[in-house]
Amino acid sequence: MAIEVRIPTILRNLTDGSKAVEGKGATIAELFSDLDVRHPGLRDRLVDEKGLRRFVNVYLNDEDVRFLGGLETALSDGDTVTVLPAVAGG
Amino acid sequence: MRFDSLLESLGRTPLVGLPRLSPSPDVRIWAKLEDRNPTGSIKDRPALRMIEKAEKDGTLTPGCTILEPTSGNTGISLAMAAKLKGYRIICVMPENTSAERRQLLRMWGAEIISSPAAGGSNEAVRVAKGLAADNPDWVMLYQYGNEANALAHYETTGPEILEDLPTITHFVAGLGTTGTLMGTGRFLREHVPGIKIVAAEPRYGELVYGLRNIDEGFIPELYDDSVLTTRFSVGSRDALRRTRELLESEGIFAGISTGGALHAALGMAAKAVKAGERADIAFVVADGGWKYLSTGAYEGTIEEAEAALEGQLWA
Repeated sequence: MAIEVRIPTILRNLTDGSKAVEGKGATIAELFSDLDVRHPGLRDRLVDEKGLRRFVNVYLNDEDVRFLGGLETALSDGDTVTVLPAVAGG
Repeated sequence: MRFDSLLESLGRTPLVGLPRLSPSPDVRIWAKLEDRNPTGSIKDRPALRMIEKAEKDGTLTPGCTILEPTSGNTGISLAMAAKLKGYRIICVMPENTSAERRQLLRMWGAEIISSPAAGGSNEAVRVAKGLAADNPDWVMLYQYGNEANALAHYETTGPEILEDLPTITHFVAGLGTTGTLMGTGRFLREHVPGIKIVAAEPRYGELVYGLRNIDEGFIPELYDDSVLTTRFSVGSRDALRRTRELLESEGIFAGISTGGALHAALGMAAKAVKAGERADIAFVVADGGWKYLSTGAYEGTIEEAEAALEGQLWA
């Protein structure tokens, strides 16, 4: 089950500079654990003991996973997951 | 309609149907034309409400200097009001914002301090907070944390929409300071059981997310995720495509962030059609397209327009 994960610039030091990496997992949590095997330390930058880190936004096919199932959000083959830091608008 | 002054003419903007973009007679989309405000954007509502509140509680007195971090529209609204009311105003604005916004700000007498492009509005907020600390006599209204921002929408935008569209099922708007969604969303939730409040957050080019580390992220103090049903991230390509569709199909010339809101509105409309449910979806046209002409958003192919917007703060 291949899922494309887009990585923001500030985390690319953990993906050898790659803008996007592939991973697998039935949920966001499983996906992050899978990524951490090939990109050690990545999971820790995204998640803490309470769940998604405060300034990390994760989108499944453009929808914020905090409004889906959080880390337990189910994934399907071909999904795109985008990781972005929280920034201001206005 | 007659008003005693420009400031009095705020709000009461039209809500217009989109007969061509609405998928069916049962699933309709409505545009709240916020470009029909005194300076041409929805930000006139929070800007004037924040000034009014600061005048009432005594923080803003004649001759004061107003300081505000802004990517444009809030600054323009504040500058107009400051001109009429006799305040000096300084706007901290990221350098990757459109030329028109800068011209308009200067026209209304604002002084502009540029903040670095990398980091976008986060940097503007950081720079403004530093200036506020160094100049304690300046008044920072601070749209990201000022309750009067959300309150303006709770008191005006929300009631106006409900009055014009009592059958509303969805409210969709761009997410920036979060004031529009928080205020309008709270009001509508109190009056319309089951209403869906949907945020369309602009997804910019990489430069804007160029923070030094993730702990430099920023969430406006006004943000309360319990008000939202869901939140979409809309990239510049989808926003541009929808902005052009709105112009071509319905004749509405809107700014680029409006395309982002329309994209989310159309997504919700498609879901309703699929589920066989009726829907009346209101979305916000935050401003007109005038301020973005120089960005190339309305010319050439979508690919060219997208390339031209790379690194720009288009919402």
